[in-house]
Amino acid sequence: MEISVDRANEVLIAKVEGRIDGANAREFEDALNGAIGEDDSKVLLDFSTLSYISSAGLRVILLIARLLQKRNAAFALCSLSDPIREVFEISGFDKIISIHDSQAEAVDKIGS
Amino acid sequence: MTQTPYKILVVDDEPDLEHLMRQRMRRDVRSGLYTLYFAQNGVEALERLNEVPDIDMVLSDINMPRMDGLTLLAQIPNIAPDIRAVVVSAYGDMKNIRTAMNRGAFDFITKPIDFQDLRVTIERTLKNMEEWREALESRDKLVRLQNELNVASKMQQSILPTEFPDSDHCEIFANMEPAREVGGDFFDVFGLPGGKIALAIADVSDKGVPAALFMMSSRTLLKGSAIGAVEPGAVLKEVNDLLTEENEAAMFVTTFYAVYNPQTGQVDYSNGGHNPPLVVHPDGSSTLLPGTDGMALGVFPGVNFGQSAVMLSPGDLLLLYTDGVTEAMNADGEEFGMDRLQAVFSDASPVSTEAANKAVFKAVHEFAGETPQSDDITCVTVLQRQA
Repeated sequence: MEISVDRANEVLIAKVEGRIDGANAREFEDALNGAIGEDDSKVLLDFSTLSYISSAGLRVILLIARLLQKRNAAFALCSLSDPIREVFEISGFDKIISIHDSQAEAVDKIGS
Repeated sequence: MTQTPYKILVVDDEPDLEHLMRQRMRRDVRSGLYTLYFAQNGVEALERLNEVPDIDMVLSDINMPRMDGLTLLAQIPNIAPDIRAVVVSAYGDMKNIRTAMNRGAFDFITKPIDFQDLRVTIERTLKNMEEWREALESRDKLVRLQNELNVASKMQQSILPTEFPDSDHCEIFANMEPAREVGGDFFDVFGLPGGKIALAIADVSDKGVPAALFMMSSRTLLKGSAIGAVEPGAVLKEVNDLLTEENEAAMFVTTFYAVYNPQTGQVDYSNGGHNPPLVVHPDGSSTLLPGTDGMALGVFPGVNFGQSAVMLSPGDLLLLYTDGVTEAMNADGEEFGMDRLQAVFSDASPVSTEAANKAVFKAVHEFAGETPQSDDITCVTVLQRQA
């Protein structure tokens, strides 16, 4: 699992590569917490190169979503492959986290 | 440094060395830092090691009568595996130094002995040994912790039902194959008023002891709620509200809950973010139960959970499973997936629920091959018997 960080239109974009499972969920959590600055008010996770996410990974997404919600920051996901979108749909997480088809669309929606 | 002196065994056939060492190290000996022991050859050294079992370090010459230092090095692990040995060799004698290192010597010093260098080498060697001992201790603690986790895992297994309804109308079987760690799957099957049967399958996010505790409370809340409420959607709503109350750790549990009436075959169900169960028909064809607009429990308070119903015809099999089945991976990183699960039954629906579970587990294991099981694998199967 690798995370690369970029900024566009005041949106922090964290691109996640590889897989997130029980073995590296903590590492994923730490990496995200490290990447998201205190001033970041718009956070986008780009999942275009994410190959797998387990429920332990979903839990980290939920923790980050809650954290950002507490400080009124926007949070979204984009570019999910079909199997990963299905994971979000089955668990019902798509109801509380906004999911966009592309990075451009997401940045357009939550950026300034 | 610890309070008891470190015990150092000095092995050398030159009688002068003992005198010299005692003199040069006298302060450290007097202050209680070191205790020195002496031997004149390898044979005597082994005798000392047997007499004084808690010697920390050996400082040995190489060329000695009766048994040389290299032979001694090879023998030491048999008596004291954790001991650190430092060899003293002639300056530039790389061949012997290399042999000594290959036989497990920790370090070497050269003759004539520079006592400042010797002191530094002794300190470094003993420090390394301390760290090694601490590492061993942590490993032992880890082993103890692992044992506790095994106990937790057994406790978890012990709350799962092992006796299931078997009547003219239906037959039910459920089992779980836990992954190595304490995991988060659970299922429940219990009787409700009016001859109905509650069916539940669930999967807690994450693993380990916190997940196990969350699983225990989810299971208890679900059972308590199920006995009080009739509608599956209302049961999940109540459990969700209770679980979200104090859930700082953001754990969640995907839960499928159903009320099954064996007399009619009707299954009223609500799906809280769990994998959609499968209805397998006698001809081997199968369909997924449509979702009910729910989400995993513990995530969001106040959410309403919808519900739906399906009618099982005689010979139909209802299969509840966890993602340990569909997300089992093979060496190529492929997932078992829904298609392979449906293919397990494609020829014909099994005649017993236990056979159905066995067939699923077997297919998953054959698919995964050598790839270790990373998640619990759980199936709850209901067979609607011929009336």
